[in-house]
Amino acid sequence: MAVHSLTPGADLAYVQARSSDPLPPPSLVRGPIAWLRQNLFSSIPNAILTFAVLGLLLLIIPPTIRFLLIDAVWTGADRAACREDMAGRPVGACWAFVVDRIGYFTYGGYPVESRWRVDLWFAMLAVGIGWMLWLKAPRRDVGAVYFFAIFPVASFVLLTGWQAIGLTPVATAFWGGILVTLVVSIVGIVFSLPFGILLALGRRSKLPLVKLACVVFIEVIRGVPLITVLIMANTMLPLFLPAGVSVDRLLRPLIGVAIFASAYMAEVVRGGLQAVPKGQYEGAMSLGLGYWRMMLFIVLPQALRIVIPGIVNTFIGLFKDTSLVYVIGVFDLMKTIEAARIDPQWAAPTVSNTGYAFAAFFYFVCCFGMSRYSLMVERKLAAGQRR
Amino acid sequence: MKKTIATLAVGLGVALAGATLGAGSASAQATLANVKQKGFLQCGANTGLAGFGVPDAQGNWSGFDVDYCRAVAAAVFGDPTKVRFTPLAAKDRFTALQSGEVDVLIRNTTVTMSRDTALGLHFTGVNYYDGQGFMVRKKLGVSSAKELNGASICTQQGTTTELNLADYFRANNMKYEVVAFASSDETFKAYDSGRCDAFTTDASGLYAERLRASAPDDHIVLPEVISKEPLGPGVRKGDGQWADIVTWVGYALVNAEELGVTKANVDQMMKSDNPEVKRLLGVEGSFGEGIGLTKDWAARIVKGVGNYGEIFERNIGEGSRLKIKRGLNALWSKGGLQYGMPIR
Repeated sequence: MAVHSLTPGADLAYVQARSSDPLPPPSLVRGPIAWLRQNLFSSIPNAILTFAVLGLLLLIIPPTIRFLLIDAVWTGADRAACREDMAGRPVGACWAFVVDRIGYFTYGGYPVESRWRVDLWFAMLAVGIGWMLWLKAPRRDVGAVYFFAIFPVASFVLLTGWQAIGLTPVATAFWGGILVTLVVSIVGIVFSLPFGILLALGRRSKLPLVKLACVVFIEVIRGVPLITVLIMANTMLPLFLPAGVSVDRLLRPLIGVAIFASAYMAEVVRGGLQAVPKGQYEGAMSLGLGYWRMMLFIVLPQALRIVIPGIVNTFIGLFKDTSLVYVIGVFDLMKTIEAARIDPQWAAPTVSNTGYAFAAFFYFVCCFGMSRYSLMVERKLAAGQRR
Repeated sequence: MKKTIATLAVGLGVALAGATLGAGSASAQATLANVKQKGFLQCGANTGLAGFGVPDAQGNWSGFDVDYCRAVAAAVFGDPTKVRFTPLAAKDRFTALQSGEVDVLIRNTTVTMSRDTALGLHFTGVNYYDGQGFMVRKKLGVSSAKELNGASICTQQGTTTELNLADYFRANNMKYEVVAFASSDETFKAYDSGRCDAFTTDASGLYAERLRASAPDDHIVLPEVISKEPLGPGVRKGDGQWADIVTWVGYALVNAEELGVTKANVDQMMKSDNPEVKRLLGVEGSFGEGIGLTKDWAARIVKGVGNYGEIFERNIGEGSRLKIKRGLNALWSKGGLQYGMPIR
């Protein structure tokens, strides 16, 4: 056995024998210039990248702002306001068109004298969502009852009408715009979570028939595009039903979307179930909890927290996918814009773009809101794991 | 891929529609009674086509096809507002009619042999003779489609317009360059920004698109129509009475124009001495009762929506923003094809 010298590591090539030279003092460690130097111009490639991105932004942002705000037309009664040859100035976005048609974009063909019912529904929805989503809200148990039991019944009565209490019935054929977009996506979101959880549990079940049924359902629905499910629900369903029986034209996509979203949700939830350590299941069983209690109190709370990003991702995807219902003649927000933009009253070059910009704005606000909320919840629920 | 599956589904749907034809016709027999019992006409309408069916700011539909629906409602109920519209995408229009979801389909549908014979559908005439046309810039100095040799032409992908275009240029031994786009909006924007020399779509659509050009007056629609697109209302096969009603509502509208009966003068016309007018308005004979309506069925129509010419001018002609010329849709006596079969 060799005897080592007293200086540890002196005979090892990779150990530095002397202390390294001190670094020069930082020239400036605080302030905006230091921040710029450290973050944007720390090296030559970094500086090149910074300039490239700045150039790109300069290329995109000023014309966009110019189109959407500076050159935009805000008031006007028809196409004359939004045409360069008639208005006598450069014309950007034609917001006058959106202002003129905002009622149509919001309610579709819902009778004007009954639109207060839709407004009331929007308000009830806002209260319900606020109550459920605000984690510190008082009596959230009452909120849950309101949102999952009272609200659906009230929505149905309010929107479709009930002659007995003086609400004129309004056929779903008259519904449209943001109303339909919200109805379709909320039905999809509200149904997909419980059904998705059940399907995910079923897929991991030890009962072979339940498992088989869930696997087949999930794989078949996931294996076809949403548009096919919608066309099947709309075009094929009436042919299979006996003459005289018809399913409401809005109910068809609602069922289609709910089924489709459930299948996706099931796979997201299954991911969460698999990520819960086996010890948790065993711990719950050793406490003497039955299957449902174990799932409800021990496993699902952990599993769902893990997959919040996935769940919200599915919701956002679903929310935007609802615009596909236009292929079966249901007038959601996108389709009302499509129908309104071809009206000769508003025939001007920028009208279509303005309509699409409005839709983009609406979808962005909703989706970005969902995304930020989920981040907040994630942080809250993960408090116990923070180190 | 999506498209393939959609096509497959539609194909299957059509096959099934044929298969269930026998079952469908039994219930179809009583369309008129059914409509009367419901209290309104369920009309299969377009999901939005300038001049033919567009929603206004309140979401009420108006347009040429929409007024035809209203005319049928006026004939049945004496009230043109007793109609509900089911906007139908092109894919599901025939199944909607077949399954009994709509009573009549008035939604710019081209009358073709295969549709008339194989789809369980019966066309009741032609309410608008359309056809594919061209639009060019005035400064190009072209006055006929025959002068378009070597031109670049903007069109929408995967439509019959693209095929008609190929046929026309091949038949006339001319060269052309096709510039195709996915959506109609994109196609016209490309033409408007100068990507191609000419733009082609159905003639009725050309006028609507020209309105949205950055300088509409710089463009002209060429006189040639290179394809036949007769658009007509359709009903389910197997209900002769209902088919008669929709057919004769169309003829009554044209007859009213031929005889100068308008929305404004229909009440005075009741006193007219002209036997043809008398028969049309039910002063003489009872032709309406023969098809299950009232004597004054045609008077109700004209009171409700006006005659053919009025519907045309109000929605797509000089009285509208589109300013489409009557052309083929003028009365036969004025060089067009609209010919009202005699009511006698």
